[in-house]
Amino acid sequence: MADSPDPETIAAATNPTWERVLLARHPKRPHSADYISRVFTGFSELHGDRFFGDDAAVMGGFAFLDARPVMVIGQEKGRDTKQKLHRNFGMPKPEGYRKALRLMRLAEKFQRPIVTFLDTVGAYPGIDAEERGQAEAIANNLREMSRLGVPVVTVVIGEGGSGGALGLGIANRVYMLENAYYSVISPESCAAIIYRDSGRAAEAAQALRLTAQDLERLQLIDGIIEEPAEGAQTDPNRAAEFVKETIQRAVAELAPLTSKELIDDRYNKFRRMGNFFAEGQGA
Amino acid sequence: MAWFTRDKPAVKRGDGEKRVRTEGLWLKCERCGQIVWRKALEDNFQVCPKCGHHGRLDARTRLAMLFDEGKFEEFDQGLASTDPLAFVDSKKYSDRLAASQAATQLRDAIISGGGKLNGRRVYVCAMELKFVGGSMGTVVGEVITRAIERSIQHTVPLIIVSASGGARMQEGAISLMQMAKISAALMRLDEARIPYISVLTDPTTGGVTASFAMLGDLNVAEPGAQIGFAGPRVIEQTIRQKLPAGFQTSEFLLQHGFLDALVKRADLKNYLSKALDFFLLPAEQNAGQDSQKNRVTRAS
Ligand SMILES: [Zn+2]
Repeated sequence: MADSPDPETIAAATNPTWERVLLARHPKRPHSADYISRVFTGFSELHGDRFFGDDAAVMGGFAFLDARPVMVIGQEKGRDTKQKLHRNFGMPKPEGYRKALRLMRLAEKFQRPIVTFLDTVGAYPGIDAEERGQAEAIANNLREMSRLGVPVVTVVIGEGGSGGALGLGIANRVYMLENAYYSVISPESCAAIIYRDSGRAAEAAQALRLTAQDLERLQLIDGIIEEPAEGAQTDPNRAAEFVKETIQRAVAELAPLTSKELIDDRYNKFRRMGNFFAEGQGA
Repeated sequence: MAWFTRDKPAVKRGDGEKRVRTEGLWLKCERCGQIVWRKALEDNFQVCPKCGHHGRLDARTRLAMLFDEGKFEEFDQGLASTDPLAFVDSKKYSDRLAASQAATQLRDAIISGGGKLNGRRVYVCAMELKFVGGSMGTVVGEVITRAIERSIQHTVPLIIVSASGGARMQEGAISLMQMAKISAALMRLDEARIPYISVLTDPTTGGVTASFAMLGDLNVAEPGAQIGFAGPRVIEQTIRQKLPAGFQTSEFLLQHGFLDALVKRADLKNYLSKALDFFLLPAEQNAGQDSQKNRVTRAS
């Protein structure tokens, strides 16, 4: 996708939004695994949802943020072809969401903060995923994450693809990398609907206001994390430093809060989102 | 079946339902192909009297059907979207909103009502599919969240009848975050132990299924409804094969364990009433506690 040069590169030249979408999908862009290995030490992956299987599109485990034990969970796309197939291109199935919730509850039991990385084009659209309740798995995470009595910090590192991304994103603090996007629908699907032409994704991306800058302006995120030079792919170590600083600061701010304060803080944050309506008289 | 016959409709119904071909006073059922008198279909709340096919029902008629004598109080009906993204596709979103508002006499894709259901106070939100595809944006998110908060404040059970294509594209990530906002409010309703029954009707898809529609204490659906997360075309393109017959129907979801029951439209009101009895009737004098104590004693 991001490799194919011509029409997309041309579109990017005149459309800074599309340029960011291409960066978010850049083949060399750091993924969850890259941040996990750089931001934390001693990461130990934990597998399985205890019901059906282990979804490799969701990577989770315990680790240490300096000395502080934390639970880390991220959507992972995989790098080479073999890994990509193994990780299902980062498109989680229901067991991925259920594994994530299991790990979050484990973290809550032992009062450990939770850090999640969002990077998926979307939840997997397949027969098996529907059979095992993709919608239920995401819905349940949205509700259950909202009652976790520990700090939750989310960073959108690449693609924030709709409900599939949000299913790990109910946090006290939500940050986006400078060139990440977060959207209700993929630009391609949006273009297919509104222009009946998925090739016009660049235009759709602009209309959707999906950049970090847009989301900050709409008050849907807490901040933007700067990327080095021409994007995170040019210097993953530096990108990870910026991410680490942000996570450290957020966790330090949230650590003194009680469980109830954390739950209320998270609730109030999402409760305020999207106050873009006028209160008129009846229709 | 006295339930079907009413002297006169309690409310004005919308014009021709999408799923039936209009030929004046007579309509052809989409499923059985038989000719049905329009009035008979309306009296039967859009369920084909010949084959039982559940046609789509507008939100206002749905509420009139569920509330006693068709009477209910409306909440938050003045909320209207301000088009925060100034979204333009083939049409301006603001024009699309205006057209939907004119066609449905609603400000957005939902009606939030309060009234009596078989004598018990309940709140019911019903989604209106004819308003921008029943999609969920900032107004639907806010109206439902307020309904949940009202339920908590007044200790009144909540029923949400879904009919929606999912989150509203034209409000971008704001629509997406309504999934989070409503689901968080449902967490509080759950903690307050106030019943919430989700009724899924044709169609319930995308971000609506992946949030409040799947979070009921009971999730029930009408027969033959399309219910799913990903759109069938997206799935076909991804897996490059045809979908099996009956995929993403209510019956499919029931079989795979994601619905408590299928409930016919004619039975819905009494079903909800009975379920709320189960949740809310006062317990016999500590009967539950005693039997539990006995069990513990016997075990030890
Ligand atoms: Zn029929």
